Amino acid sequence: MLDVQLGELVGDGPAGVEEALALVAGFDGALGHGFARVAEEDAAALAALAGALAGSPLGDRLAEAAEKVTAGSVADEHLAALAGGRAALFGAVHDALLARLDQALGRSRTSWPSAATTDANTGAASVGGATEVDAGAASGGGVPENVLAGCRVWLRELAITGWRGVDDDLVSGGDQVIEALLAVPGSRGLAVLLDGLAAELRASSPVATMDRVPVRRWADLWTRGLLLAQSGPWHGVPEPVSGRLLILGADVHEHATVVRVQVHGVLEEAGGQARLVRTSVAAAKVDTIVGPSVWRLFGGRPVLMGALAEHRSVEIDGMPLLPGGDLLWHDDRARTGAEADPFTTARVQLAGASAPATPPLDRHPVRIAEPVLVEGYTVDGHVLDLGGNKLTLDLDRLPTSCPLTPELVAASSACIGLVRRDGGRWLLQPLAVQATVKKKPVTVHNGDWATGPTDPKVVKAEAKAGDVVAVLRERAGRLLRK
Amino acid sequence: MDADETAWEQRSVVRVVPPVQPRKLAKVPFVELADGRLQGVVSSGSDIERVYVSSIAAGTHDLSCSTNNNRPCGALHGYACKHIRMLADEAVLQYGLDRVARYLRVEVPEGAGLMSALNGTPQRTPAAVVFSRFLRHLAYLEVPDSTEPLAELHWFPAMGEVR
Repeated sequence: MLDVQLGELVGDGPAGVEEALALVAGFDGALGHGFARVAEEDAAALAALAGALAGSPLGDRLAEAAEKVTAGSVADEHLAALAGGRAALFGAVHDALLARLDQALGRSRTSWPSAATTDANTGAASVGGATEVDAGAASGGGVPENVLAGCRVWLRELAITGWRGVDDDLVSGGDQVIEALLAVPGSRGLAVLLDGLAAELRASSPVATMDRVPVRRWADLWTRGLLLAQSGPWHGVPEPVSGRLLILGADVHEHATVVRVQVHGVLEEAGGQARLVRTSVAAAKVDTIVGPSVWRLFGGRPVLMGALAEHRSVEIDGMPLLPGGDLLWHDDRARTGAEADPFTTARVQLAGASAPATPPLDRHPVRIAEPVLVEGYTVDGHVLDLGGNKLTLDLDRLPTSCPLTPELVAASSACIGLVRRDGGRWLLQPLAVQATVKKKPVTVHNGDWATGPTDPKVVKAEAKAGDVVAVLRERAGRLLRK
Repeated sequence: MDADETAWEQRSVVRVVPPVQPRKLAKVPFVELADGRLQGVVSSGSDIERVYVSSIAAGTHDLSCSTNNNRPCGALHGYACKHIRMLADEAVLQYGLDRVARYLRVEVPEGAGLMSALNGTPQRTPAAVVFSRFLRHLAYLEVPDSTEPLAELHWFPAMGEVR
């Protein structure tokens, strides 16, 4: 990213975003108070949401939903319509922001395939060359309707009660359905979402005693949960791809019971344009598995983890690629390739690579995570300065499981990162840096510990705590099937 | 409400659950602050097949300890047995003293230990609920990994230490 590009990115606007988010804030306030009794101010917010989308295909349903919910009748279909309306507003905000980002970077992006070829919910009828397993992931995921209905019941209870009324009993009401979701591979997204929300509500219970309530965040999670609980996920239909995957970096996601490494890279196919792709592995865990130990959970994917740790390319053969740009990783369809420095990949390939479309229902600013290379900047605290243009660094997103630290970022002069958007501003999440430490050049990548920590101090600290994964697996083996 | 608070409430990604610290799990594999108790599971020192379910109630500070088969712990008379002490020690390691003390609603004098500030008495609470929560906890390790895109995890970034 050049300084003029950054200047264009962080300039005013885009137009309409603030107005759309004001409507969202009104809805989030109403949801926070709960729909058991809708106060005048909240009724106005629901009506405003419906009014703003009156001309959309959701218009009639939203108007009815706002009216019925205000009158005290909170049916599933009304909540679905309201969630759909809120998601539509974020979809528009996402599109405006991503268009700004693409324009600033000069990045070309494919468009989402037309509905006829990717109706994600009509089952496995047209899965092309993909395997049955992939088809399951691509369609509704085979999530039983009664489980989805259970999710909707819990989310409805939350909506009626409002965040301020949430207590331990209401949170525990979701336990069974989360357990059922975890048992179905196709509903993992909804499972990790609701489990994460439940853990936050439990840690905050009784919510009435909280100083401040994360209303935007919880309404986001509630909305996505409710949409996923209609008929399962919407990944679209995968196509098999082959070629060379050049890794740019690793982004790590985590809450108490899940950790996921999402690898961003450039895929080169024979005769094709280089394109930006992601691939990820998520492992279930418990809260006491933290820090560098989490990488032990990915031992079943040695090719991907080895490539991350050793900075190598990967030759892939017939790997399913979803239209949203996600490779469904199969270690047995991948082969470790030659050494490939991610900074070289970023310098040579990033500017010309084509970016994937966002699946329609995933369009939310939180999903924006565009890989960029930034060089020749200075860092002052949380802010990166590139030729006078400033970009805030998201230093919270430097995981304890990875070697990248705020000190390294402060000492860096080149960075591969993800451009993100939250709280009304653009952010840069570092994935790798080239820095100068004690007058020596060092390069540190988030994924450097993918096959185990390389820093002797960290190895020692981890050894001191013992192999927590092994201890818990031993306990599970002894106690679970009794 | 000041501008920072408003901004926090209107962000999609904020830290809501404080991070837990790593600790050895061999003796006390499970600790949680839930259901109005500090509760957990302590491995028996003598029998590898046996575990104790121990708890300290918030507010009343009632103490409870029994085996997973609901047999009362023989060492819990009037004051805390070693299982409850180990549970408390590990909870402080995992969550920090402040968070545990706040949850139990106890004032711990500067420099003092958690247990010295508690003077609850034994009250039997059923072990089954806690034990089944522990089994549910362990069951996560049996859930297969997933390569689906899981876009929802963008709301849950792995974070660093609280700064």
